[in-house]
Amino acid sequence: MNEVIKSGMTLALIGAICAAMVATTHVLTRDRIAANEQAWLEKSLEPALGDVVFDGGVSDATLVMHPPHELPGADDALIYRVYAGAQPVAALFAVTARDGFAGSIRILLGVEYDGTVTGLRILQHRETPGLGDRIESSRSDWVFQFDARSLGDPDVDGWTIKRDGGQFDQISGASVTPRAVITAVRETLVYFEAHRDDIFSAPATRDDE
Amino acid sequence: MTTSSFIERLQVGLWKDNPGLVQMLGLCPLLAVTTSFVNGLGLGIATLIVLAFSNVLVSASKRWIRHEIRIPIYVLIIASLVTCIELIFEAWFPSLDRSLGIFIPLIVTNCAIVARAEVFASRNTVLSSLADGIGMGAGFTMLLVAVGAIRELVGQGSILSRMDLLFGGEPSPGLVLADGGWLLAILPPGAFFALAIAVAIKNALDRKKNLARRATMPRSLRQTKRTG
Repeated sequence: MNEVIKSGMTLALIGAICAAMVATTHVLTRDRIAANEQAWLEKSLEPALGDVVFDGGVSDATLVMHPPHELPGADDALIYRVYAGAQPVAALFAVTARDGFAGSIRILLGVEYDGTVTGLRILQHRETPGLGDRIESSRSDWVFQFDARSLGDPDVDGWTIKRDGGQFDQISGASVTPRAVITAVRETLVYFEAHRDDIFSAPATRDDE
Repeated sequence: MTTSSFIERLQVGLWKDNPGLVQMLGLCPLLAVTTSFVNGLGLGIATLIVLAFSNVLVSASKRWIRHEIRIPIYVLIIASLVTCIELIFEAWFPSLDRSLGIFIPLIVTNCAIVARAEVFASRNTVLSSLADGIGMGAGFTMLLVAVGAIRELVGQGSILSRMDLLFGGEPSPGLVLADGGWLLAILPPGAFFALAIAVAIKNALDRKKNLARRATMPRSLRQTKRTG
């Protein structure tokens, strides 16, 4: 019995020491990690804005849309509103494309106030390395073909890959991935056209407090 | 502990008892992460750090730990260390942390680490446990890098791509030797092929060395016992 208690005490003591170690590391790294995340977000948003001139602090005016919403995907959709002074110039959509080859694909789409695409970037995906992962801007220039396009250029029907009768390049060896991404882009553009004024008049969501 | 025995411990981990090549431990992260050189290197370094620290902590606390509760204590120590390493990576190497994703927390499940705690650190001094941790960690890193390099080279026709994940700077395509490659190498089966090649090379080299050693031995000692 005595030995059982002794073992228990040892375990508790070592557990406490380990917990203290993790807690200390957490306190020491907390601020840096939060700053990194903020910086990462801002940095990852910028490429999708192309050469739009805007004021900093893009992530301060965020709209969080919980499902169900009319944007693509069953996850939360985020809308970052971009201003130059008080003038709305563009919106960034973080939405989820369903039906990728390996699950859903998180994309970031920048749309100018007049509905022109400023840039498309892939935030997160699990597509096949060497094939579907060429949707990443660092691996091929596939995502750049959407720059400066809009719902009138081409028409809604043209917003799909060439194999399906659309206007956009596929990726050789992978048609499921581009098809999923383009569908999400098209749906987002349709949503933006229908709800533009609502988007810019809604108050920012503050879900971090 | 002398310098020469320290070096000897390193050699054991790096080559003679390499955790991946000989002990066949920690193969899950090895097979999963090694789609490129830089991923292998990143996870290898993280594993090396955890292995060295866990060996030191286990060895330092061995005299207070009763035999019956040693395994839960190893798990506690290793899990807390990995959590700390993950927080540190998130704070100081955020891009690499993003690239390795789930595989940093999964270092906890790398059985090579518990195995070294049990087999070596719980029976040896702090210093030789540190040497063992560094040696085994370096051996594991070497294998991860080798398998990653083979798969990247065959699968994508490039080498050293995206080294910016570890060292910062602009995203780089690395040395591109061919446009595209044999896709299978990147897919999971490629990991098994690459590992098999690495094990085969190691065995071939060892056999060659043994034959050479036997040839220099006096004739009377040259007879070897054969079984089975």
